[in-house]
Amino acid sequence: MKYDNLLDKYPIPKALKEEIKEELERLNVNKTTAKKIIEKCYEAYLKNLMEPGEAAGIIAAQSMGEPGTQMTMRTFHYAGVAEIDVTLGLPRLIEILDVRKNPSTPMMTIRLTEEYAKDREKAREIANKIEATYILDIADVATDIRNMRIIINLDEKAMQRKKLKVEDVKKKIEKGLKMEVVEEDGKLIIQISEPSFKALMDTFDKLKNIVLVGIKEIRRVIVRKEGDEYVLYTEGSSLKKIMKIKGIDFTRTTTNNVYEIYEVLGIEAARNAIIKEAISTLEEQGLEVDVRHIMLVADVMTVDGELKQIGRHGVAGGKHSILARAAFEMTVNNLLDAAIKGDVDLLRGITENIIVGQPIKLGTGDVELIAKLGGRR
Amino acid sequence: MLVPKHEVLSKEEAEELLRSLGIKKEQLPKIKATDPIAKEIGAKVGDIVKITRESPTAGKSIAYRLVI
Repeated sequence: MKYDNLLDKYPIPKALKEEIKEELERLNVNKTTAKKIIEKCYEAYLKNLMEPGEAAGIIAAQSMGEPGTQMTMRTFHYAGVAEIDVTLGLPRLIEILDVRKNPSTPMMTIRLTEEYAKDREKAREIANKIEATYILDIADVATDIRNMRIIINLDEKAMQRKKLKVEDVKKKIEKGLKMEVVEEDGKLIIQISEPSFKALMDTFDKLKNIVLVGIKEIRRVIVRKEGDEYVLYTEGSSLKKIMKIKGIDFTRTTTNNVYEIYEVLGIEAARNAIIKEAISTLEEQGLEVDVRHIMLVADVMTVDGELKQIGRHGVAGGKHSILARAAFEMTVNNLLDAAIKGDVDLLRGITENIIVGQPIKLGTGDVELIAKLGGRR
Repeated sequence: MLVPKHEVLSKEEAEELLRSLGIKKEQLPKIKATDPIAKEIGAKVGDIVKITRESPTAGKSIAYRLVI
């Protein structure tokens, strides 16, 4: 407590302040010594700040690029959490930085509100509600070619597990196919009016794709106990639809699809998601990269208020300089387009000045010194 | 939690901020007016949004975005 007002004067980050305070409290020093210590810490803090003109972006790129070379090109799909396949390593890192709209293995971690989180049955109930269930999951489907009809043999046990009633299934199918379904001693029968084999098979395919319950994108749900609460892990992801379901604590529910987070929760959430996903991908591979570098990358990707990928359709492609763009990718196309349009390169950036062989505005090159002549003799 | 705290700055606060930073508001990072959170707090084009982030390095950090 007593060190708080001493620290208040210094413009240092909260985390650092707390660290200093903790140490001071442990040492239990008096005010004057504390003041000296804080002063020294502040000095050290200033020395560690990035200097103006320092190439922060290049350092970030190198800091992520070098460990990247140690990552294996091959994807090791491995059971991250509860048998769910997740893309890892370099392919995943590329996916994050490219802002893929459809990542190869979307996954959600769903946490529940208190009422549901403690009870296994209730958690299971929600899992059943969101998992996409198709007719083949709960029944055997056969085609009767002679009578031009499809016979659905419902599996009672599966129905019970999914808490489904025959009535509901019948209604869902009728709605999905826009055809009449007849119930006949526990079986559902769809009669095809047209005597064509193609019509029968088309209806059969359509029937297989009807989602009876759940969210289409959520292919599989796994319930796991974590600490004292049940958490749902899903294969497939649909943040928007999940958030509408009762019993889900959407403040603690996330997906690994960064673009989806951007669409549903906005740019700041996307920034956080990029940092979280990138650092966890690198850490999982045993690579230690300082978060600050990743934070810088995430900042660059989100400055304009929209998610931009690192690449020719995003950050690198948005550069003003023709030469800088040409140096990155598609050299001929960029130069040709610029020539046709009569574009002018103002040579303001780093890349283009290196190309033409001029001093660059970086580090000590960023400042211009003027000598005052005739001052002191 | 993924979404940090967003607040719209009042006119006076915005002016004060720009003066202390010595920049024009166009130089700030942007946030779209159609952004779900910008809509939620009722930010209009031209407003400045203050974002209180939880930073893994600094503990708490404050960022500003211009609504476009």
